[in-house]
Amino acid sequence: MKNHKAIQVHSLSKRFGGFVAVDGITFDVERGEIFGFLGANGAGKTTAIKMLIGLSRPSAGEASIAGYDVYKETEQIKENIGYMSQRFSLYEDLTVRQNIRFYGGIYGLSRKEIQTRTDEIIDQLKLGHHARKVVADLPLGWKQRLAFAVASVHHPAIIFMDEPTGGVDPATRRQFWEMIYEAADQGTTIFVTTHYMDEAEYCDRISIMVAGKMEALGTPRELKNQFDVVSMDDVFLKLART
Amino acid sequence: MTRIFLAFVQKEIYHILRDPRTLAILFGMPIALVLIFGYTVTNEFKDASVAVVDRSHDHLSHQLTQHLTSSGHLRLIEVYDRMEELEAAFRSGEVKMGVVIPVQFEQRFVDGKPVQLQLITDATEPNYAATLTGYATQMIQTFQLERGEGGNNPFRVDIETRMFYNPGLVGAYNFIPGVVALILMLISAMMTSLTIAREKEMGTMDLLLASPLSPLVIILGKVTPYAVLSFMSSVLVFAMGYFIFDVPIHGSLPLLLSLCLLYLLVALALGVLISTRAETQQVAMMMSMFTLLMPTMLLSGFLFPTASMPALLRFLSKIIPANYFIQIEKAIMLKGAGIEFILTPTLVLILMLFVLLVASWRSFKISYK
Repeated sequence: MKNHKAIQVHSLSKRFGGFVAVDGITFDVERGEIFGFLGANGAGKTTAIKMLIGLSRPSAGEASIAGYDVYKETEQIKENIGYMSQRFSLYEDLTVRQNIRFYGGIYGLSRKEIQTRTDEIIDQLKLGHHARKVVADLPLGWKQRLAFAVASVHHPAIIFMDEPTGGVDPATRRQFWEMIYEAADQGTTIFVTTHYMDEAEYCDRISIMVAGKMEALGTPRELKNQFDVVSMDDVFLKLART
Repeated sequence: MTRIFLAFVQKEIYHILRDPRTLAILFGMPIALVLIFGYTVTNEFKDASVAVVDRSHDHLSHQLTQHLTSSGHLRLIEVYDRMEELEAAFRSGEVKMGVVIPVQFEQRFVDGKPVQLQLITDATEPNYAATLTGYATQMIQTFQLERGEGGNNPFRVDIETRMFYNPGLVGAYNFIPGVVALILMLISAMMTSLTIAREKEMGTMDLLLASPLSPLVIILGKVTPYAVLSFMSSVLVFAMGYFIFDVPIHGSLPLLLSLCLLYLLVALALGVLISTRAETQQVAMMMSMFTLLMPTMLLSGFLFPTASMPALLRFLSKIIPANYFIQIEKAIMLKGAGIEFILTPTLVLILMLFVLLVASWRSFKISYK
């Protein structure tokens, strides 16, 4: 086993002209950790995530993902991560099986591996005979869990999720998080952005971004103590007001 | 790499099969266009209704009337005595052309004096009217020659017209090449730009970019199925032209098809360029409509001759790829030309392809910075 942290970020910045979207953020994420990446809309979360997954080149600073450098080794990074975007990133007009087959295919899985993974995922999600339905006909909660399963079809070391639970009720969110815990227990690192504060409580550690800077970092309990409040909501409000 | 590419193409095929509208557009539209152009938009005429105002009522004027209707293209409605009757017939729309024969027609003709015939047409349909008068003029000239009389004038100039490459002035010889150019541009460019814009709209593009797929594979994977389908669709149009409308292919078929492929690549590159700029399918659709469909229809010389356009439009028509492709098609199909006669338009298309590829690649990189 290689001796490195899942994610290491040091003074990472991104400028667009005169505007600094991400301003020197520094943090580490351990393997198998669930790391919550919080912030209001426009705080720089999406820009930061894009740099980490190799879609956008940083302006300054250093970062390594699964031991690979974000400047030079974006190809290796892409092979070792899974990504789930805000909009579930499934093809609505394709069936469940076709979606899994496609994502397996683009991550270079062999025909046999794809077959095995497809059966595993359908089994795990208890989709059964729904597997031949087009995704558009599935309920939202199922789509969401399928999107997560698809993002981990190639057993990535780290899964990045950009607001994965938008528009979903708390009960369904809870189910979704059980899947995340299961993956984390098996050693997968989870990096998740959200603006639901109940979700923040589920994370091992969280960071809060305000206007491009990382203003808070720690376990939910630590942060609540630090800001002397009872809920994550209040931590967030306190930070946002200053 | 091949396996990944194939997985991508397979997914694209699922999309196409899931939505029958795509296939309907790919194959239904060419068929509809060919049939519409073939049977409706045409300058040929049959049974055009004609009336004669005969002020002479002699042997020769009857012969002329008969001669005009003998071809079968003109149908004699009525022979009037007075102009007022003809005017009424025009107003009611019964008659499209009137031939007015002056008094003492035969007498003057035999004496070798100048005779003036009058042709009147209903020019509410200008093209039709022009074609009709042209046809009637020709008929009258042959009539004059056949009679031989009145031909004592030593300074007479006989004009013999021959229409090269399309002796029958068949409309299909013009529209089949035009429809192929239009279809290829429309299907390949519009479909590609739509399908790429769709990935962006659905948010799946981000995921593709976050995967180990290289952007080149993404583009090629999206474009390939549509390239194959639109190529098949253009072969269908050529076949319809050949079998239904008797449009010949005098030149080499492999040459025609390979240049068809070149033009197809130009269209695909245009589609990719549009898709890098359009964030939604609707925008992609509008952009293809205004930058591809309209100019290709109006400025390619397919419907309207470019030679008679104002300088600015003539210049614009020079940057329409369809213009060059139609030249190539007509040269190969109708004139039987080999590659040596169509080098210029071919090189222009190659140059356009190169410029478009560079432009769309740059544009793609910029939009995913």
